[in-house]
Amino acid sequence: MIRVVLPAHLRTLTQAGGEVELEVAGQVTQRSVLDALEARYPVLRGTIRGHDGGPRRAFVRFFACEQDLSHEQPDAPLPAAVATGAEPYLIVGAMAGG
Amino acid sequence: MPRLRLGRRTASGGGWKGVPVSGVRVLVGTRKGAFVLNSDGKRERWDVSGPHFAGWEIYHVKGSPADPDRLFASQCSGWFGQLIQRSDDGGRTWEPVGNRFSYDGEPGTHQWYDGTPHPWEFARVWHLEPSLGDPDTVYAGVEDAGLFRSADGGQSWQELPGLRCHGSGASWQPGAGGMCLHTIIEDPGAPGRMFAAISAAGAFRSDDAGQSWRPVNRGLHSEGIPDDDAEVGHCVHRIAMHPARPQVLYMQKHWDVMRSDDSGESWHEVSGNLPTDFGFPIDVHAHEPDTVYVVPITSDSLHYPPEGKLRVYRSRAGGDDWEALTTGLPQEHCYVNVLRDAMAVDSLDDCGVYFGTTGGQVYASADAGDSWAPIVRDLPAVLSVEVQTLS
Repeated sequence: MIRVVLPAHLRTLTQAGGEVELEVAGQVTQRSVLDALEARYPVLRGTIRGHDGGPRRAFVRFFACEQDLSHEQPDAPLPAAVATGAEPYLIVGAMAGG
Repeated sequence: MPRLRLGRRTASGGGWKGVPVSGVRVLVGTRKGAFVLNSDGKRERWDVSGPHFAGWEIYHVKGSPADPDRLFASQCSGWFGQLIQRSDDGGRTWEPVGNRFSYDGEPGTHQWYDGTPHPWEFARVWHLEPSLGDPDTVYAGVEDAGLFRSADGGQSWQELPGLRCHGSGASWQPGAGGMCLHTIIEDPGAPGRMFAAISAAGAFRSDDAGQSWRPVNRGLHSEGIPDDDAEVGHCVHRIAMHPARPQVLYMQKHWDVMRSDDSGESWHEVSGNLPTDFGFPIDVHAHEPDTVYVVPITSDSLHYPPEGKLRVYRSRAGGDDWEALTTGLPQEHCYVNVLRDAMAVDSLDDCGVYFGTTGGQVYASADAGDSWAPIVRDLPAVLSVEVQTLS
């Protein structure tokens, strides 16, 4: 079971709680997690990354296990702690402004 | 299901008299959500619901003339992109529909501010124009300028590429707010005829339901571009039409208020005695095709009313001769703006006029502009105002 934490505005869209639990078949990567997330919540398509698995939106960041994974390859395996559900995968709206 | 009264951009301006009115619904898009205001035909008390989609920018909310319970909203965010929301119950509940806006083919480039080529990139939907006759058909005007159409209630969107791929597209440049397609008008008197306007490319007309387009900017003059009467490159802010006389168009341009009497083939200036001819919205009285409203703004570098006095100007002569409407509007220390999509009219016998400000007020007049009062205040900055007259 993969645990995903969404930013507030996307939680509103999904009407999900603070944390979403997903089953991910095969290797647990950022791509497979986002694919599963978008399959569960189609409203999220285009809000985190481009349609059809396109690039991450500029002001969205990915974190897990105290690491910034935003620039990792989408098919790179996520940390084991994420794959086992011990740690959540965090989707974060980047803080921007002055 | 309530029925929409005949009126603005729906059909003949006649035919409203004697039709019982169940209410007026005002749809407000703001920087931080959408609001729906309802009143009965007296327009004295308003029920305000919202914010819907709290925290998101709502560029535009508009109802279908064919089914007034069907509303479309453009919801966007610099972080999370674009969504389209649809309501089938007059704004009580909403569901997200399609948000995939892909330009047709290889989109190519337009000019950037510095004159260099810049790839065409989708940013957001500025304007949603539900079809006059089919509740499942809706048009979307987007930034970077393009026109999209959905024939399935917003579930899927296809570009009408004849506009963007008009031969001049590579030379279009964005206005200060982005290269937005902000005005879409279907001509009720000529099937297949449509108008669109782009900042800062100009006005365009199609006579084949959006398949092909040509610029209709003859008579527009824009200081600051190399050829001040060029075919394209004009910063059109808004175009309005009265459905009973669709060959007449009114335009608020970056500078100049303009009028066309021949469906855009030519334009002439009707700024007349306005204190400034800079502004954003323009609209037409529901029953008087010669009665036009604008909100003069000081200048392109001072986006607030002249002298800090918020004044709507009305011409009853189709332009040139304008009167200031001030009763009930702040006449000192007012430094708000009124954006291009933030004015609308209802079609009650005494035509109501509505506009929203960047200060978060929505003002309404139930007497065609003679007097005004806020129907809601202290909202986030208002981006758009639309009105439905329900019967």
